[in-house]
Amino acid sequence: MIIPHPLLGPRDAQEFVYLGDACLIDRPDGMAEDSADAFHDYVYMRDNPAGEHRELWYHEQGDRSWLVVTRDTVTHRILRAELASDIARQRGRGR
Amino acid sequence: MRYSIFQVLKEGLTGHRGWRPVWREPTPQAEYDTIIIGGGGHGLATAYTLAKVYGGKRIAVLEKGWIGGGNVGRNTTIVRANYLLDGNQPFYELSLKLWEGLEQDLNYNTMVSQRGILNLYHSDAQRDAYRRRGNAMMLHGSGAELLDREQVREMLPFLNFDNARFPVRGGLLHRRGGTVRHDAVAWGYARAAAALGVDIIQNCAVTGMTIENGRIKGIETTRGPIRAAKVGCAVAGNSSRVMAMAGMRLPVESHVLQAFVTEGLKPVIPNVITFGAGHFYVSQSDKGGLVFGGDIDGYNSYAQRGNLPVIEDVVEGGMALMPMIGRTRLLRGWGGLVDMSMDGSPIIDRTPIKGLYFNGGWCYGGFKATPASGHVFAHLLATDTPHPTAEAYRFDRFRTGRLIDEKGVGAQPNLH
Repeated sequence: MIIPHPLLGPRDAQEFVYLGDACLIDRPDGMAEDSADAFHDYVYMRDNPAGEHRELWYHEQGDRSWLVVTRDTVTHRILRAELASDIARQRGRGR
Repeated sequence: MRYSIFQVLKEGLTGHRGWRPVWREPTPQAEYDTIIIGGGGHGLATAYTLAKVYGGKRIAVLEKGWIGGGNVGRNTTIVRANYLLDGNQPFYELSLKLWEGLEQDLNYNTMVSQRGILNLYHSDAQRDAYRRRGNAMMLHGSGAELLDREQVREMLPFLNFDNARFPVRGGLLHRRGGTVRHDAVAWGYARAAAALGVDIIQNCAVTGMTIENGRIKGIETTRGPIRAAKVGCAVAGNSSRVMAMAGMRLPVESHVLQAFVTEGLKPVIPNVITFGAGHFYVSQSDKGGLVFGGDIDGYNSYAQRGNLPVIEDVVEGGMALMPMIGRTRLLRGWGGLVDMSMDGSPIIDRTPIKGLYFNGGWCYGGFKATPASGHVFAHLLATDTPHPTAEAYRFDRFRTGRLIDEKGVGAQPNLH
């Protein structure tokens, strides 16, 4: 698989480490009333779809950026790759 | 028809005209007592045990494809009970005991071969870890022997003992482990279940579930709706997709695991060997091919095929361990969908929906569990209570923290 890195261009997926579903960006508030339930779902539960999947890849053998890659889990086709920091900022996170 | 040597002789002398298909091809009825979704090893073993041990009637097994076409025909055929943790080891010991009596139980030659499994160690720390694991295995009656370097050399003289980075220092031998012909397991269970009246319905995919007031009423399929009071789901890599029809999310990611076989060779590998420094394991089939595999590819996948980097990694492991295989030609490689759970151990439990039961999260190790999985899942379906041997395999362990994490790597499925 070739990942189209937004800064570095096409890179072999072997340069990356895979973490999992991009929902891991949205870490729940540990001080909230329902934090035990929220963290159970955050840490353990996954949608695990067949088809388009947004997922986190870390460019360990490259510029060490985190990417959100949209990939089809049935065909392994990669549809797009974005910097995870951009997505986190869009969601109101500081970084 | 009961299979025996006399039956073979009789058919041989009469032109083999008496053999019959070993299971029926029924059309689905409108209603069953129990439906098992998934006609793989686990689903068939469950239906068989439910009918035989628990006296279940009106049972159907629904299979999207064909019997033997999923993971039960894609694994590397290894059976073993060499786990460390309390939640796992008694369960796999039960499974190994059931394997030992399977052929007589099913009246089917599944080619159970207890040729032994040798896990090699390459450092002092690894030897200590294997000693501890071996002790856990012995405590549960599974048997284990710690071999030193010379004992391993006597058994497997062809290994690369003096690998500069990972010299072979010894191994943990599990004599009761071995291999079983995986297709025969599917066919044997299907035949035995059909003989007890179970309907095995192929080419029948589940498309929806009918749930009223928190209770399952039946399922929708590509061959029409079927009513049932109890539904058990045993669909491995497709667990999340099927349970999503009931509105459930699972602690599971689907990944792809590859396996490979070489051209046929003369007998050379007497048992199952695992490389302790990389991830490579190998055995030799009775046809002569070396059957081997290694790590999962490591990203979510429903593709039933993997990519080249993992093939390279597996083959490098093989070459580091036994350079003699370097000129062997690879005949085939394939992939199977594995339901990687968040702690690397399975789930066999009730769900919040009454009458709906789940069996999955087997990761890359479901085949060895087939008879015990069927045994305990049938118990759960029949009695609505978990089997004593599988009490640890519950959904709520992720909430209570009673995880069964053999490798201790946390909620990261691609590391298990």
